[in-house]
Amino acid sequence: MLTKKQLFTRGIFDISPHMLSVFPFGIICGAIGVELGFNPYLVYAMSFIIFGGASQIVFLQLISGGASSLVAVASVGIINSRHLLYGAVLSEYLEKLSFIKRLLISYVIVDQSFAESNKFFKKNNTEQHLHYHLIGTGCTLWVCWQISTLSGIILGSFVPEELGLKFAIPLTFIAIVVQDLKKIDHVIVMITCGLSSLLFFDAPFKSYIIISPVIALFVASLILRLKK
Amino acid sequence: MTWLSIIVAGVLTYFTRMAMIALVSREMLGDKIKAVLEYVPSAVFPAIIFPAIFINDFGSFVDMNDPKIFGAIVAIIVGYFSKNIIATILTGLLSYWFLIFVVFS
Repeated sequence: MLTKKQLFTRGIFDISPHMLSVFPFGIICGAIGVELGFNPYLVYAMSFIIFGGASQIVFLQLISGGASSLVAVASVGIINSRHLLYGAVLSEYLEKLSFIKRLLISYVIVDQSFAESNKFFKKNNTEQHLHYHLIGTGCTLWVCWQISTLSGIILGSFVPEELGLKFAIPLTFIAIVVQDLKKIDHVIVMITCGLSSLLFFDAPFKSYIIISPVIALFVASLILRLKK
Repeated sequence: MTWLSIIVAGVLTYFTRMAMIALVSREMLGDKIKAVLEYVPSAVFPAIIFPAIFINDFGSFVDMNDPKIFGAIVAIIVGYFSKNIIATILTGLLSYWFLIFVVFS
């Protein structure tokens, strides 16, 4: 049985490699906001209030491009709706927590913290204080996101654009799913999602980000039916 | 006005994180749904990966010989065998840089 502190530290350890991509992305995100002419306080407040990388950039680009607030807010909501799926997966491991604790821990659920903690939960589901792992992954990412967007705001885009560091983002997610390529059913689901995302890329409000997972999960349910 | 929209967007985002954890109990989801939820990582992350590789900043498809495609293939191979996140990201980036700075420059 691991202690709370060990689980928390393990969470920090498990998510740290992803900071390789989170850090440059945060700098880019902060720098873009200032370059587009927004108030630096406003750009930073987004990292605190919204705390969702891609959706923050889309919000700023839409507003500066003259889109209505409604369109910008709706886009953020749609891009981030994928968290509903993360919550549905994690709820199994968090249902013993009090309502207040569940409200608090929800704030730090992001792509990478979900991915790494979910992997850990599946392997160690007999542990008692599992949620400390999620607190470890989530808080590490939160701190890095605040520091990196803040540095982007203050220092501007000091990472040269020619380096193309945005490419680190797909690489980080490749690292997350690559081991599932061993399972043919997962490969089918991944390809379905990927192709759907290209097909629906131009759908309004960036909705491809939730349309493709829904299609892919539908295919997953068909696979499960065939397996029986 | 922008401040207000950010706060609304933030509340909305927080709701997406909190709803399934705080408001829905696991029993409300049947066994079939639980089985399908096993596939969530595989069903969500390619929607981030594919467009970032195959679609450029202007919203059109990249060429078949785009350095990002090559970098992604290297990352997949290294990641599959090494099971190491840092190695996956770094070899992907390095092979991408090798192409854009050495081969195509």
